[in-house]
Amino acid sequence: MTGIITLIQAAIVFGTVIMLGATGEILAEKSGSLNLGVPGIMYIGGISGLVGVFFYERGNADPNGFACLVIAMSCAIAASFLAGLLYSFLTITLRANQNVTGLTLTIFGSGIANFIGGSLNKLAGGVGQISVAATSKVFKTSLPGVSDMGAIGKLLFSYGFMVYLAVILAIVVQWYIFKSRSGLALRAVGENPGTADAAGINVTKYKYLATSIGAAISGLGGLYYVMDYTKGTWANDGTIEALGWLALALVIFATWKPANTIWGSYLFGILYWMYFYIGGLTRSSQELFKMLPYIVTILVLIFVSTKRRRESQPPAALGLSYFREER
Amino acid sequence: MAKNNELSGKREPLVRIVRRTDAGRIQSWGIRIAAVLVALVICAVLIYALVKMNPLEVYKAMFFGAFGTTRKLWITLRDTAMLLCIGIGLAPAFRMKFWNIGAEGQILVGGVATAVCMIYLKGLPEILLFACMLFLSSLAGAVWGLIPAWFKAHFGTNETLFTLMMNYVAISITSFCVSKWENPYGSNSVGIINPGTKEGWLPDLFGQQYLINVLMVAALVVLMYIYMERTKHGYELAVVGDSENTARYAGIDVKKVIIRTMLLSGALCGFSGFLAVSGASHTISTGTAGGRGFTAIIVAWLAKFNTFTMALIALLLVFLDKGAVEIASKFNLNDYASQIITGILLFFILGSEFFINYRLVFAHKEKHAVQAEGKEA
Repeated sequence: MTGIITLIQAAIVFGTVIMLGATGEILAEKSGSLNLGVPGIMYIGGISGLVGVFFYERGNADPNGFACLVIAMSCAIAASFLAGLLYSFLTITLRANQNVTGLTLTIFGSGIANFIGGSLNKLAGGVGQISVAATSKVFKTSLPGVSDMGAIGKLLFSYGFMVYLAVILAIVVQWYIFKSRSGLALRAVGENPGTADAAGINVTKYKYLATSIGAAISGLGGLYYVMDYTKGTWANDGTIEALGWLALALVIFATWKPANTIWGSYLFGILYWMYFYIGGLTRSSQELFKMLPYIVTILVLIFVSTKRRRESQPPAALGLSYFREER
Repeated sequence: MAKNNELSGKREPLVRIVRRTDAGRIQSWGIRIAAVLVALVICAVLIYALVKMNPLEVYKAMFFGAFGTTRKLWITLRDTAMLLCIGIGLAPAFRMKFWNIGAEGQILVGGVATAVCMIYLKGLPEILLFACMLFLSSLAGAVWGLIPAWFKAHFGTNETLFTLMMNYVAISITSFCVSKWENPYGSNSVGIINPGTKEGWLPDLFGQQYLINVLMVAALVVLMYIYMERTKHGYELAVVGDSENTARYAGIDVKKVIIRTMLLSGALCGFSGFLAVSGASHTISTGTAGGRGFTAIIVAWLAKFNTFTMALIALLLVFLDKGAVEIASKFNLNDYASQIITGILLFFILGSEFFINYRLVFAHKEKHAVQAEGKEA
């Protein structure tokens, strides 16, 4: 029983990282931007939050928890928004190829993050030495008295606030895309920008905003990873990149509906950590278990494409740049 | 047109974007080279801000890092050959607009197949062993490319995401093999395979360890150029890339072309895995592909699938990488600086394509042009 509870807890913490990444990416993809830079953006979000509070905590003997929170969040959001803006400028204004631009952003983002992260580690005195304990504590704080609440309480309330923030964001984005008027316009842009343009929708504005705000949300996934998952430390081990690609997988798995990412991400988390809780596995067979989330995604991808149900298809203009004079 | 706008009372936008097709070869290369130069200047400023070193000295040091000694030169050539080989594999797929971002996985399974031969088939006559390695590594890569291609051809399954997922399946298989072959026990790495006998290692040629890699890839450059530009296959895949409907009307079997091209693409990426394992590192790890499967996409794309141009771009990227590593070690920074520089350079080259394909028209200039035309009439 406790095994199952810890598995689910691990899955929820793991899932939150990719849920944030995927929610942001869905917003971008709904506008037609297939942003393969998600791993890079998550890297940028994570490192900029870390850098912000690192210098704050270094300068202050007694860092204020609330200030830590504000600094980390605003640095992460601002930096990943800028990364999204860069991607938007290249693909929307300069009409560069989306896939290539996205991959470049991933190379660039992971380069910047690991470069700064490595340098900060050095500055703090060696590998794995950087630590922003005060901020990490704020991010990990759960409701008081959780330990007395039994299994259900532990399952529901033993996490830092960003776990709940991620769920709220997924629901809000779901509502925005499918229930609001502006969301309808956004979907029109992603399905057929020519028609949307003719209907008087400002295609460029929608694409820019959706892609950049989406990037900011994805960046929060990186921040959550750094502050909560790894407890405010930095390691140049490429985990964020792997999680970023998994977030892209989750977008497909969720068939472009943010609400689906909530259970989808937890399911991915369970699949990812399952090897840990199944007895009698050798280390090599554990490695094979780690491919489960990807296999499941491939199966969903195949299933969706053979079924051809209209509501679970990718946006029709995904990956294409729009040029008004070529309608 | 100007009149229309006056009637509607709307102000004409200050800048308009117009598609152009008149940029000649010299002009477009001029724009690209200018973009590279601007990027290099920005990188120089960045490096100066970090290490306070004279930017010219920086590029001199980078040059030394890539070409400074015979050994460095050969390693640069070896890595260029490897990156180029992957790019050559990706080119036909991308020309067909099949977004094969699964090169990482195809390289890894090719590498694993090579390592399998080196570990389990040692003792075979050398020729036979190399034949097995070549065949199996290409086959493994081809199968890795075939799976998404088959689903794309039959169900239109999104290949960008499918090939991406296949990478992680390949990584898991590689980690599985690494922990199986672990040597020494507990190191979580395979170590150099056959260090004593050098069985399955690509042989030296004229005393140069990596000459054979370079020659094989150079041959591929020419062959792939001929395949894409001069053969029926190459023509067919270009038509499919431009418009599947046109291809269908012309009687091209689109499914067959997709599957055939991806078999070739995957096989060449698998062969790159063979080059990496047998011809360079003599070991296998999850880092064997090392992101080169992604970088090679950029190589193929920027070169517009011309294999000779690809060679230049691959060399430029490897040069930057080696150079940045040199700077980093000299100033006690970390190696990731090279990724930042590569990223900046690529952003600029990508952005520069806009100025080749489009022209900016400024409103007041256009008005003058219209008036001038009116006067002439």
